[in-house]
Amino acid sequence: MDAATDAELVARCRAGDETAWHAVVDRYARYVYAIATRVYRLGPEDAEDVFQEVFARVFERLDTLRDDEALRPWIAQTTRNCAVDTLRRAGRETVVDSVPEDIDEGLERLDEALTVHAALDTLSPDCHEILDRFFCRDESYRTISAELDLPSGTIASRIARCLTRLRDVLAPGRNQPPPPSGEKVGERR
Amino acid sequence: MTPEEHIAQALRALPAPPVGWVEAAKELPVARRELETILQRIERDERFREAAIADLEAMLRAEGVEPTPVVVAHLRRRLAT
Repeated sequence: MDAATDAELVARCRAGDETAWHAVVDRYARYVYAIATRVYRLGPEDAEDVFQEVFARVFERLDTLRDDEALRPWIAQTTRNCAVDTLRRAGRETVVDSVPEDIDEGLERLDEALTVHAALDTLSPDCHEILDRFFCRDESYRTISAELDLPSGTIASRIARCLTRLRDVLAPGRNQPPPPSGEKVGERR
Repeated sequence: MTPEEHIAQALRALPAPPVGWVEAAKELPVARRELETILQRIERDERFREAAIADLEAMLRAEGVEPTPVVVAHLRRRLAT
């Protein structure tokens, strides 16, 4: 995952750097998908249309973004607009109009989740992988054990250890100092 | 709820979208370049323009471009201007 700030990625995208665009998509794909499917509860077909339309609009209109650090709220708003357009076209505007506070609350939760995912990217590859497999991809202990060639009895303890490391990244100073610059948290030696 | 449970909940809140969707979004710069080439040909070539207006999806397929809803909507917008 590219460690550049949003503003740096936006500047590189404007300069025609396609790897920066890939990083923008990687960083926000889960966010856009979750807004479409979890906040607006779109079905797979509508969600795919919204997903592609959001990234198409973002790509086309990057030059109009006034504050490059505001990429996340801009993407959130673009996704909201696309999802609402989709629901209106399907004649489900009452769903959109009746529960705005639920939508705001849902977006707040996803903003927080995105922050946790960004912290996940700072962990060691081992920790990142096991947490991603278990929590994000919903894989069983058995599957993780087979895929990572680990004894199944150690999966739970590794998950717990990596979760603690992630907690420390999100709340530094709680139990241990942050890692020295350049060192990944939980890196195997 | 413990901090770890809270973090676990946040991780579960953002599942990964299908890989194909992400790859398609990443290909947008390349797709846009292909579409610009098609649009330039539409401007220059009257018969090509008529074919695009008659059946945009078929024309795109003939040019080797998948006529996804986003691609078709983008071209329709551009053709209308």
